[in-house]
Amino acid sequence: MTKARTPLLQVSNLTVGFQTGPGYRDVVRDVSFSVAGGETLAIVGESGSGKSVTSMALMQLLPRATSRITGRVEFQGTDLLTLDERRMERIRGDRISMIFQEPMTSLNPVMTIGAQIAESILMHRRIGRAQARAEALAMMDRVRIPSAAGRFDDYPHQFSGGMRQRVMIAAALACQPDLLIADEPTTALDVTIQAQVLDLIKELQAESGMGVIFITHDMGVVAEVADRTLVMYHGDVIEAGTTTQIFDAPSQTYTRALLSAVPRPGSMAGIDAPTPYPVFDIAEGRMSPPAERPDTLQADQPPLLEVKDLSKRFAIQSKLLKRVTARVHAVEGVNLTLRRGETLSIVGESGCGKSTTGKLITGLHPRDEGEVVIAGRKLDRVSAAERAHDIQMIFQDPYASLNPRLRVGEAITEPLRIHGTVPRAQEREIAAQLLDRVGLKAEMADRFPHEFSGGQRQRICVARALVMKPKVIVADEAVSALDVTMKTQVVNLMMDLQAEMGLGFLFISHDMAVVERISHRIAVMYLGQIVEIGPRAEIFGNPRHPYTRRLLSAVPVPDPARRNQRGAVPVTELKSPIRPPDYRRPAQHYTQVSPDHFILETGAESL
Amino acid sequence: MGWFLRRVAQSLLMLWVVISLVFLSINFVPGDPAELLLAQDGGSPDPIMVEMLREELGLNRPMLEQYTRKMGDLLQGDLGTSIVDGSPVGQEVMRRLPRTLELIGAAGILSLLIGIPAGVLSALRPRSLFSRIAALLAGTAQSIPVFVLGTLFVILFATVLGWLPAGGFTPFGRDPGRHMMLLILPAATIALGLSAIVFRITRASMLDVLPLDFIRTARAKGVPARRVIIRHALRNALMPVITVFALQLGGLLAGTVLVETVFNWPGLSGMLVAGVNARDYPVVTGVIVVVSAFYIGLNLLVDVIYGLTDPRVRK
Amino acid sequence: MKKAFKSPPGILLLAILALAFILPLFPLPDPLAIDVDARYAGPSAAHLLGQDEYGRDLMSRLIHAMRSAIVISGGAALLAAIIGVTIGIVAGYVRGISEALSLRVMDVILCFPPLLLAMLAATLYGAGPKTLVPVLALVFVPSFTRVAHASVMTVRGQEYVDAVKLMGASAPRIIFRTILPNIAGPLFVQFSFVVVMSVVLESGLSYLGLGVLPPEPSLGMMIGSARATFADQPWLLFAPCMALVVLVLVLNAFCDHLRHVFDPRNGSGA
Repeated sequence: MTKARTPLLQVSNLTVGFQTGPGYRDVVRDVSFSVAGGETLAIVGESGSGKSVTSMALMQLLPRATSRITGRVEFQGTDLLTLDERRMERIRGDRISMIFQEPMTSLNPVMTIGAQIAESILMHRRIGRAQARAEALAMMDRVRIPSAAGRFDDYPHQFSGGMRQRVMIAAALACQPDLLIADEPTTALDVTIQAQVLDLIKELQAESGMGVIFITHDMGVVAEVADRTLVMYHGDVIEAGTTTQIFDAPSQTYTRALLSAVPRPGSMAGIDAPTPYPVFDIAEGRMSPPAERPDTLQADQPPLLEVKDLSKRFAIQSKLLKRVTARVHAVEGVNLTLRRGETLSIVGESGCGKSTTGKLITGLHPRDEGEVVIAGRKLDRVSAAERAHDIQMIFQDPYASLNPRLRVGEAITEPLRIHGTVPRAQEREIAAQLLDRVGLKAEMADRFPHEFSGGQRQRICVARALVMKPKVIVADEAVSALDVTMKTQVVNLMMDLQAEMGLGFLFISHDMAVVERISHRIAVMYLGQIVEIGPRAEIFGNPRHPYTRRLLSAVPVPDPARRNQRGAVPVTELKSPIRPPDYRRPAQHYTQVSPDHFILETGAESL
Repeated sequence: MGWFLRRVAQSLLMLWVVISLVFLSINFVPGDPAELLLAQDGGSPDPIMVEMLREELGLNRPMLEQYTRKMGDLLQGDLGTSIVDGSPVGQEVMRRLPRTLELIGAAGILSLLIGIPAGVLSALRPRSLFSRIAALLAGTAQSIPVFVLGTLFVILFATVLGWLPAGGFTPFGRDPGRHMMLLILPAATIALGLSAIVFRITRASMLDVLPLDFIRTARAKGVPARRVIIRHALRNALMPVITVFALQLGGLLAGTVLVETVFNWPGLSGMLVAGVNARDYPVVTGVIVVVSAFYIGLNLLVDVIYGLTDPRVRK
Repeated sequence: MKKAFKSPPGILLLAILALAFILPLFPLPDPLAIDVDARYAGPSAAHLLGQDEYGRDLMSRLIHAMRSAIVISGGAALLAAIIGVTIGIVAGYVRGISEALSLRVMDVILCFPPLLLAMLAATLYGAGPKTLVPVLALVFVPSFTRVAHASVMTVRGQEYVDAVKLMGASAPRIIFRTILPNIAGPLFVQFSFVVVMSVVLESGLSYLGLGVLPPEPSLGMMIGSARATFADQPWLLFAPCMALVVLVLVLNAFCDHLRHVFDPRNGSGA
């Protein structure tokens, strides 16, 4: 690793500008780096940092008419920036390949996956179709697509996200390129699937000795894969070095802010109460540690929320006769309690039923079985209007959760208007107070949502949820769509409000880092059931259920030194909770491990 | 396969509903339908005539019996007889239908040949001079009603320039050359507006597809630009084009009425217009049943093509 | 919506509307007054655009014809929009049987090519505006239902609708205050599109003699009757042709403009 190698790719003073009006606006400035064969370079940054534009510029994939690229991109002795489109086509997919973030949209929906892999080969090798097919099949085996031959003629929609990403990798590596550029290849995947895909890229790299440029926003992934790291911020490289250096001694405040948001198992060990993130002032380059604060949990109060035996099934009907052929057992016998000032997180991977649980509890979905008691009253006994005073929700997508046609002031006070409890004249005042409370300016009340950033919108949603002074807030992946720095700010805001108002949070998330920060207790869901529930320290420090262990072991370890200690994750798909119509759930038995810590006794079929 | 059968079943059901509605439509008219059909400009019709017509159309029998009889006749290919001259409607429809289809077919092919390449080129360079001119032409072409365009074509190419005949029809078997000469103007009249529609849908659909992730993937694999455009982009972009095109073709089955009138093309329209003017109810319903059946069949065909090109539909 | 009129197509459309609706308030010659002695008379002080085969004032006839085209098409489109949008929103929001049923009914209507349906109606009920408006409305109801239904389906899945539900809002409030403003864009576009189609359809039917009944002026009919005398009186043919094409052209341009204004890709709309 330390021996000097001639670089495969040498980028010098790369500057990329896009045409805006008469001139050009630079979005990447003066970036230089190199990658050697067998080496992995990570480019880290948030949205708008220019990391993806950099990769597109290397490949000359930006529209030539409206972009301006200067500098040198020397690859195997040629400056790629001087090549015309025809010669660039010969390099793309052959010598340099690329994989992308969205496995759901990055494959052509009307071409079989086999044809898409073979296409790479046919474009660059003078061989016949039969031979290309054989090579594509071999490639599918190499990326461990099960029963490759049988799936050659399948279409992308017949594959899961993780398998599609394997297809993408197969197509990218079919010509054995010298350099692979991976642009957020695992961001859209569940954490166990992410671990599998990262393993695969590392293995293939070890086999072929190719160089890899890995673009990501996730410092955990960086620690897992990269030899060297480049941190980008607003178009500039602000820090570069070996990954170990960057993790051990980050020189920039921004890098430290990024690192603070990475889960470090054990970093919260010994701390019982949830702790806000340290606050970073990137402009000033200062960090202030989280304020000392008493625990918000009011254990002596009666529970705010009790959920008993909650279940929900969605029928799958045959198209012609509308007979029920199967049911999705989305939520199965869920029991929860939430107390004043407590945050209970529900974690799990896609399809585990955590979001449905949230919607059943708020009453957005009708439930099939079970009971929800909020503040001592059964959900069904309470009118929708009254319920609004008890429970509110913060949603995932900050772009979809605000009505685009309402000014944010109106959006915040809309609940008051619906209930007609407050005179109109006071509405503005209330909106101003709440905006101020969530860290925005009162004058912003007259703007429309599209004038705000994602983080600001999420603050507005928090303000809207607060206007009814609810007791419980369900936050469904409320910070998942935000960049790291925004995420820490919104989480801190939520924790402050909890301390102030004694709110109970039901925090639904797949992001173990945030969950570790914010939770008092954690419930792990799998196939619609809670498989383990207990205090945060117990779940992270002493996970007992096999699924919990698998989930935690798949979370990237943010420590480059411990990189290869995680065992290989077996190639498994996430199971689906689809059952035949006559399926009856076996009785659930929970075993108590320690006070408040329970695990589901499972038969073999659960895992 | 299950998908295909389901789709066929749906179409047949729809056809049955449509035919039933057309046959029963006369019963929805307030008052005595026979009297109404014979009424001319407020004058009271001859009661004997009314009685005869009532007998002829079977209106004096219970509705259910009328209906089952009609459907029975239809299954044997009998569309009834004209009130005006007593000739069988079915035969006349079958004689004229191929001529209408020929006109639509020619116009359809012509419009695809113009519209798709123009749409693709314009989507690739949306700000070019070509795109601007094409968009302007398409906007204008779409804004000229066919009967106006046909009339102007006759004036320009037949009356003023004298290049082509103003209208009429000669069977292909008798004089192929003359037949084609007579086909050009009506076909071009229909094709102009249609190609404007094909152009716009192709362009819009290509503009939707070109920024998608899988296009970037194909380029990153080193697929040459031309192949990216045709194999990856156009193949996906054609779906909406097929849908809209089929809908338009279906509409044309009726829209040709105007063009056929302008050019004296003896397709279904002459029969239909004469039928409507004479309030010859069996003729009108006969034509409508056939055209609607054709329309439904066309939509079925489109869905099948859709299913064959887009694997996601077949689920 | 106001913004949509502050554009070249919007201004042209307003100009045409003004021409068709305000000019008839002034003492124009009677469009029906026959003056056989002045058949085919050229332009004069009393008759700015000349006179037709019965000596009727051409300009008056053109203006009245445009007005009736706009009234018939606009009325039919409005009727279709009210019925279609109501059905579409209910189907999309309430779902269940009402959705399945109304969408099937729309599918049936769509099986009839519009012109044929109009001709069937003309056979049964006789020609004329009284038949024309309801038939045009019926023909275009499904397009509104589909657009409204599809838009509601898109909007109702948005998280801001869930948020309003959690505020305790009633279904009518959600439909009218939250959903309707957010689907207004596509509906306005559809409305302008249907007006264009109705104008074209009405002129075609009138050309065949099945639309507006003589002696009331209509552009389609004026074109039809001027064909025979084209060689001697080309102006009588060109004038209504131009009026019709300009009307449709401006409506089409306005429709495109609306589409552009309401396209989510061009900001959040008007």
